Amino acid sequence: MSLEAAYAVEVPSAPLSGQALSRMAANERHGALNAKRRSTVDRNSEALVRIGKQRDREAFAQLFSHFAPRVKAYLIRSGASEALAEDSMQEAMVTVWHKASLFDPSRASAATWIFTIARNKQLDAVRKLSRPEPEALPWGPSEAPDPAREVEIAQDRERLREALGNLPDRQRALIEKAYYGDLSHREIGQLTGLPLGTVKSRIRLALSRLRHDLKADTT
Amino acid sequence: MSTTTAQHPIPDHVLLAYSAGLLPEAFSLVTACHLSLCEEARAAAESFDDVGGILLEGIEPVAVGDRSLSQTLARIGTEATPPEPRAVATGGLFPAPLRAIAGDPDDVPWRPVGGGVKQALLPCAGEGSVRLLHIEPGTSVPSHGHQGMEMTLVLQGAFSDKHGRFARGDLEYRDEPESHAPMAERGEACICLAATEAPLRFDGIVPRLLQPFIRV
Repeated sequence: MSLEAAYAVEVPSAPLSGQALSRMAANERHGALNAKRRSTVDRNSEALVRIGKQRDREAFAQLFSHFAPRVKAYLIRSGASEALAEDSMQEAMVTVWHKASLFDPSRASAATWIFTIARNKQLDAVRKLSRPEPEALPWGPSEAPDPAREVEIAQDRERLREALGNLPDRQRALIEKAYYGDLSHREIGQLTGLPLGTVKSRIRLALSRLRHDLKADTT
Repeated sequence: MSTTTAQHPIPDHVLLAYSAGLLPEAFSLVTACHLSLCEEARAAAESFDDVGGILLEGIEPVAVGDRSLSQTLARIGTEATPPEPRAVATGGLFPAPLRAIAGDPDDVPWRPVGGGVKQALLPCAGEGSVRLLHIEPGTSVPSHGHQGMEMTLVLQGAFSDKHGRFARGDLEYRDEPESHAPMAERGEACICLAATEAPLRFDGIVPRLLQPFIRV
């Protein structure tokens, strides 16, 4: 199915914004900006690892300057007042500090990982909902992630970013609305065929970490 | 099932709603348990979190308070109990998110609902309801239809209906008014975790009469 067909849905009253993703798509067209973004991405990931391992306050300040204004913007877009957004953003960044040792750069980007923390804070503080989380993945015998897999997963993520950047404005706007809580799960039911690219590399990474005692559950 | 392949993949829109935080709690619980048991679904769910990460990178930043960073560092210094890390998979019958709500399998306060079926309603906030079902081997849940979504995750044993066979870790997602009558396989009892958006509608007269008493 083509992406056009997959997203040929009309949700009433959907404003045709999609600004952030349009900007992102524009960035993708400029190689220099793209390279700059990539190095920012790596720096953020390294900063998170340093916070986790060394409780590095300088790394935290660097991460804060990049993400705090974005987490706050996300909270405001999701319906928080200015005061609640500032407070919840600070709480989310405190959680980033405390949980940094659980950050796994082979499995998520800094932005993805911080998004999940901001989302949970948003649910808790703005919408008063809880969201059960899956079990953490057990680590396999070799704790150090395979760098080749890390690269593969980063490439998957890059393909996903490009695919999202290439979506027509209206469809990007729908996805944004979903992530900012402006669509009901019913309306999301009409969104299918999101171009997620391959997830195989993640599955292989997960499998390499499954402990032998889990094998009892497989057939 | 194997941990590598999903015979019945969870729909993308459910994973998107879960990642965006839009699923009612009953369905989030079933989804979290499914992701705990199915690596393919977990990988897909992480890709949806990546969509959130990409949006967060692209959002127009807003100004934070003048003393925002120092206030946050002060809060780090005073917070007494850092958040608990997530429970790691143990391979037990109940995945950690279910254990957090229902306790151990031995603690479940089963209530018979007739015909070899027992259930235990679980506490959950928001729309819909979620329950554990215990179906004796070789017996069937009375034929029923539903308004809205139904998500059923197999935790032990297996059942079959007209849509196929579902074993441990498999998730059946239904979103049509049509009726089905899941039948547990012979062998061990089938234990499922099921979330429904609206009360079930039983097709037979006897189950319908019983409905007010068994609270399904």
